[in-house]
Amino acid sequence: MIKKVALSSLSLVMVSTASAFEITGSAGAELRYYLQDALYTEQERTYGSLFLSPEIYSEFNEGQDTLIFKPFYRFDEHDKERSHGDIRELQWAHYQDNWETKIGVGKVFWGQTESIHLVDIINQTDSVESVDGEAKLGQPMLNFSYFSNYGNFSAFVMPYFRERTFQSVEGRLRPPLAISDAIYESSSEQSNLDYALRWQSSIGDWEVGLSYFSGTTREPELITSISQDGNVSINPYYAQINQLGIDLLKVSGAWLLKLESIYREGQSEDFTALVTGFEYTQEGILGSRYGIGYLLEYQYDERDNNFFAIGQNDIMLGLRIMANDIAGTETLFGFIQDLDNESTYSAYIEASSRLSANWRWKLDGYFFSSNDEEDPFFFLRRDDHIQFSLEYYF
Amino acid sequence: MKSFLSAFFLVGIGLVSNTVLAAEIKGDKEAITIAKERKARDEGWGTNEANVLMVLKNSQGREATRELNVKSLEVENDGDKALTVFESPRDVKGTAFLSFSHALEADEQWIFLPALKRVKRISSQSKSGPFVGSEFAFEDMTSYEVEKFSYSLLGEDEVNGEKCFVLKQVPEYDFSGYSYQKVWIDKAHYRVQKVEFYDRKESLLKILTLLDYKQFKDKYWRPMKSLMRNIQTNKSTSLITEEITFDTDLKESDFDKNSLKRVR
Repeated sequence: MIKKVALSSLSLVMVSTASAFEITGSAGAELRYYLQDALYTEQERTYGSLFLSPEIYSEFNEGQDTLIFKPFYRFDEHDKERSHGDIRELQWAHYQDNWETKIGVGKVFWGQTESIHLVDIINQTDSVESVDGEAKLGQPMLNFSYFSNYGNFSAFVMPYFRERTFQSVEGRLRPPLAISDAIYESSSEQSNLDYALRWQSSIGDWEVGLSYFSGTTREPELITSISQDGNVSINPYYAQINQLGIDLLKVSGAWLLKLESIYREGQSEDFTALVTGFEYTQEGILGSRYGIGYLLEYQYDERDNNFFAIGQNDIMLGLRIMANDIAGTETLFGFIQDLDNESTYSAYIEASSRLSANWRWKLDGYFFSSNDEEDPFFFLRRDDHIQFSLEYYF
Repeated sequence: MKSFLSAFFLVGIGLVSNTVLAAEIKGDKEAITIAKERKARDEGWGTNEANVLMVLKNSQGREATRELNVKSLEVENDGDKALTVFESPRDVKGTAFLSFSHALEADEQWIFLPALKRVKRISSQSKSGPFVGSEFAFEDMTSYEVEKFSYSLLGEDEVNGEKCFVLKQVPEYDFSGYSYQKVWIDKAHYRVQKVEFYDRKESLLKILTLLDYKQFKDKYWRPMKSLMRNIQTNKSTSLITEEITFDTDLKESDFDKNSLKRVR
């Protein structure tokens, strides 16, 4: 009898568990083709790769608690550092009306601008994954948020640091040497306890955010060193920093006015950086379905050029073309000019469209130019590439 | 965007606000009385949640579908709030729109992009743009508020077997894609049966037909099918309500930017 009850309750649990888990995600194939011969002998012209990113989700307590697990893996045929896995998310969230907690590995986005994300600092950039810096590594965290009429307050405690990913010696888009092991300012290295605070609110036509971060910088500085036996190495150095950030957006008819600014102390110099601009949208171009967004952003950074911070005095012009069709076709053109050096500029195109309810293609192209040996783009001057991806969503 | 359902031209606002704002509504008296009655008949519906199937057809008759979940909250003395979440197509699963409609000031809208975990504010100009590639514009999806238009009575007609008033309504809000609309409102229940949308050049652009009206809570009528046909391109979009529940325990806090990030 007891056995029977136990058995039936077990099967009940299994049934409810089975129905409570939702598995979705995406997988895809990508082909990257570099337009010029490589600068360095180990590099190739063509790179094929495959990725898989399932997402397992469950909720209980009538949706007040959720669990999410989102692993990621990419296999690259040449670049063994780009063949990499990550836990994008593994998080338990508990939701109440005016507060929530999240524990585990997660992703958080802060900010308003398009050409560069200065304020966004919680997650490390997965820089081997995408050139535009939008791909992020999962960040272990404890997060508490409180929602009030005076805006949303969030606190983050981050017990473990994620190193930025870098190409291997077989990969393109790198300095003359592959970037090697990380060096930390903190004696706790990756286990330094970082924390962050944020307030964000919508006030009429405005979106306003303030943030503070204290801990290991997400954006390393590159240090070149020569060992005793004469070997040169480039290492990322992760300093302890404090960073204050502000992000603003104002809606004004067809205009979105945007600004992000940070003040950071603790790296080789203390500095201010700023990005500001607008996005202007027009719908029904010449009586068609097409919509166009015009983007302009000015980037300023007090520092001299460094490998990861290139927006010293630069301007980005962008054009977003929305077909507004069933396939959701969209193309974004961008052009970034260094105002201090005519020969330094970059351009990109990001286009995508749906093939069916489950398939999507993407075509991206990135182009870099510099004659200035001091400029980071000088290393990338022959790394212009286009990539085509086919993605399946399930 | 807005509850498709309240979208569908129903919805009530407090009588108080109607009287306060009455002086500001332009148009002929008879037409304004009809517009107000349409609004008044749909006052007090509270909250609802619906699963909606969107079927898009191109001019060759090829179909694509989207599944949406729409939660709506009536706001007294203002436009309604709505949260729309995409279930399919899969590449946009989890994408969510939050909109606060307003009578005359610009609507407030946000979109949540799940892959980036980013909440973005949308500019008011996008109002006239197509909603996710469909024949519905964002502005067709927002809740009906009397103050949004000025009115004139064009006459009477019969549509879908119902005797109707025919109103001409001219958008009073900024960034509309229309010069005016013709609206057929039935005499029996003041439900919208048909709308003709005229583009900025005053040519007929689209015709919306609302079908299979069902009554909820013994008072509120909702069309279970809405068909929008673009006359100029011969494309069409249908919205089919597969399931709708009223008096769900939705609260104000289910319609803010945090709720956008929580959606599934």
